[in-house]
Amino acid sequence: MAEKVLEVEHLKKSFVPGEPVLNDISFSIEKGEVVVIIGPSGCGKSTFLRCLNRLENIDAGTMKLYGENYEREKRKIYELREKIGMVFQSYDLFPNMNIMENLILAPCKVQKRKREEVIKEADQLLKRVNLYDKKNDYPRQLSGGQKQRAAIVRALIMHPQILLLDEITAALDPEMVREVLQVVIELAKSGMTMVIVTHELGFAKAAADRVIFMDKGYIVEEGAPEQFFENPYTDRAKRFLESFNYGTVDKQDRGQI
Amino acid sequence: MQDMGIDVLFKGTNFLRLCQGLWVTLRIALLSMAFSLVLGFLMGMVMNVRNRFVKAFCRFYLEIVRIMPQLVLLFLVYFGAAKHLGIDFSGEYAAVIVFTFWGTAEMGDLVRSALVSIPKHQYESGYAIGLKKRQVYLYIIIPQIVRRMLPSTINLLTRMIKTTSLVVLIGVVEVVKVGKQIIDSSRYTAPAAALWVYGLIFIMYFVICFPFSRLSTLIEKRYAEYK
Amino acid sequence: MDTVFIKAHVPMYAEAAGLTLYIAFWGILFSITAGFICSIIRYFKVPFLSSAVGCYIEVSRNTPLLIQLFFLYFGLPKAGVVLSSESCAVIGLAFLGGSYMAEAFRTGLDNVSHIQTEAALSLGMKKRQIFRYIIIPQAAADSVPPFCANIIFLIKETSVFSAVALADLMYITKDLIGIYYNTDEALLMLVISYLIILLPVSMLCTFIERRMRFAGYGD
Repeated sequence: MAEKVLEVEHLKKSFVPGEPVLNDISFSIEKGEVVVIIGPSGCGKSTFLRCLNRLENIDAGTMKLYGENYEREKRKIYELREKIGMVFQSYDLFPNMNIMENLILAPCKVQKRKREEVIKEADQLLKRVNLYDKKNDYPRQLSGGQKQRAAIVRALIMHPQILLLDEITAALDPEMVREVLQVVIELAKSGMTMVIVTHELGFAKAAADRVIFMDKGYIVEEGAPEQFFENPYTDRAKRFLESFNYGTVDKQDRGQI
Repeated sequence: MQDMGIDVLFKGTNFLRLCQGLWVTLRIALLSMAFSLVLGFLMGMVMNVRNRFVKAFCRFYLEIVRIMPQLVLLFLVYFGAAKHLGIDFSGEYAAVIVFTFWGTAEMGDLVRSALVSIPKHQYESGYAIGLKKRQVYLYIIIPQIVRRMLPSTINLLTRMIKTTSLVVLIGVVEVVKVGKQIIDSSRYTAPAAALWVYGLIFIMYFVICFPFSRLSTLIEKRYAEYK
Repeated sequence: MDTVFIKAHVPMYAEAAGLTLYIAFWGILFSITAGFICSIIRYFKVPFLSSAVGCYIEVSRNTPLLIQLFFLYFGLPKAGVVLSSESCAVIGLAFLGGSYMAEAFRTGLDNVSHIQTEAALSLGMKKRQIFRYIIIPQAAADSVPPFCANIIFLIKETSVFSAVALADLMYITKDLIGIYYNTDEALLMLVISYLIILLPVSMLCTFIERRMRFAGYGD
C-alpha cells in the first residue's frame, strides 16, 4: 500500500452555528493519486478544499500531512502551505508583477532559493505549458487559459507534495478549458498527487483515480470513475448525473410548459 | 479641573448667541447649495453639449474652481467686486455668490458624469416600451441620476458647511465672530474662555457635519449593494 | 494697473508664497505619514487603536480647518500649551490631511481583492511578505487619484493660515488692501501667486492619473 500524503478524519466546519457546511468528512489520498470531487453547488466541496490548506479554520477533526498533524498549528501553517499547492478559479496572478516575477516571488522569498536556479526552473516549466514567450508579459495581457496555466506553474514551482485545484476551468471560455485540462492530465501522468474540484464530468472521468461525490456537507459516494459514472450506488448521485443530461430533462418537461 | 471657566459658555445669552452665529453660516451654506443644485443641473446638461467652445469654457471654469482656494475667491468678490461694481456687498452676499460659483461647478460635473454613466440601452429600452422622451427622462433617467449623485451631493453640502467657517475672514458676523466677541468681553472674568468657546464651536461643526457624512457613506454602501 | 506697485511688491509675494509652500510641504509630509500609519492600523484592525483612528478620522473630516487652527492657536495656550503660528499651521494641516490621506490609502487597500491574499497564503507567504509584495504595490496604484486630489486640496487649505497671524499670501494681500487701497493689484498678484503654485501641481496630477489609468492592473 502506497504512502498516505494527506489524511483527514472527522472534519467539521460551519460558517453559521447550527448550519454545518462540512459534516464529519474523513478522507485520505495516497502518493500519486488523483481524486476528483464533484457535487452540486453549495455542497461544500470548495470549502473542503480550502480547509485542506487552512484558508478556512475548522471546527473539529484531525488533518495530517505525511503523518504530521496540522489542524491546530498556528505557526507551522505557513510552512505547510508551501507543501500544499493551490490553484483558484479566478487564477489570481498578482497583477502588479509580470509572469516571471509571479513565478519566482514565493520560491525566492519563502523558500529562500537562489534566484538564478528558480528562473531556470521557471523557464523549463513555462516551456512545458507553452508559455515561454509570455514570461515578460503582465497577467492582463494574457488570455484566461494562459493565466490559468501560469497559475498552475506558480504552484508547481514550489515543489508541492500535493496540489489542490478549485474549479480551475469554471471561469474559462469553452475553447480554453481544453488547454488547461491538458496540462492537468499531463501532471497526473507524471505522478503528481492532486485533489480536484470540478464541474467537467468528462475531465473527471479522464483524470481521476477515484471520484468523490459530495452533497450537503457529506461524502455521499466514492469509488472508481468507471463505476461511479456508469453505475452509481446512490440515488442522489444518479440524479446529479442525470441533471447533466439535457435530453431527459427536455423530454420530461416539454409537456408542462 | 473645576473652575476652568467652562461656565462662560452658558453665562447670559452666550450660548444662544453662538447658536445664532452658527445659523448665519448654515444659512449661507444652505442657500448656496440650493442655488448650486438648480444651476448645477443646467451646467451638467451644458457640459454634455458637443461644442468645442462650450467644452473649453467648461473645462476652464472647472479648473479655476479646482485650483483656486475658496478664500481667494471670497477675497476677489468681496474686495474686487465692491470696488469695480460700486456695490458694497455684504460679506454674506459675497459668500453666497462664491459658494454658488463653486457648487455649480461641482454639481455640474456630478450631473455630467452621472448622465454619461447611464448606458444607452436604458434610453432605448424606455423607447422600446413606448415611452415618450419626457417620460423616459422622468421615470427612468432622472431617478437613476439622482440616486447615483446623492452621496457626492451630500458630501458637497458638508464641505460647504465646513467652508462657511471662512466667511469670518471677510467680516461676516457668524459663529466664530460671536465667539471672539464673547472671548473679548469676558477677558477678565473668564481668561480661559478661548479654550471653551473654540472647543464648543469645534464640536458644533462636528455635530452638524457628522450625520451628513454618515448618511452619505450609508447611501453609498446601499447603492454598492444594489449593483 | 499700477505696475510700479506690482513690481515693488513682487518680492513680498514671493516670500509669502515661499512660506505657504514651506508649511504645505511639512504639513503634507506629516499628513502622508500619519495617513499611512492610520490606514495600516485600520487595515489590520489593530484592537483599540483601530477604533481610536476611526474616531480621529471622523472628527478631522467633519470639522473645518479654520476652527481646528483657532482651537490650537487661541484655545490651547489657555490650557498651558503655547504653539507658534508655524507649528499651529503645520499641526493643523497634518491633523486635517492625515485623515484624508488615510481614506485615500484605505480606498486602495480595500480595492485589492481578498483572493489575492489567499493566493499568496497558499504559496506559503507570511502576512508581512504579502503586505509588502502583493497588497502595497496594488493599493498604491489605486490610491493615486485620491492622493493627488488631496495634495491639491491641502495646498488650497493653506490659504486660511493668515487667520493665525501667519504672514502668508492672504495675509499680505489683506494688508496691502488695507494700507494702500491697491485692491486690483494686490488681488491680481494673489491670484497669480496661487496659479503659479497650483497650476503645475494640478497639471502634474492630471498627467500622472492618465499614466496610471493606462498602466492599470485591471484584467
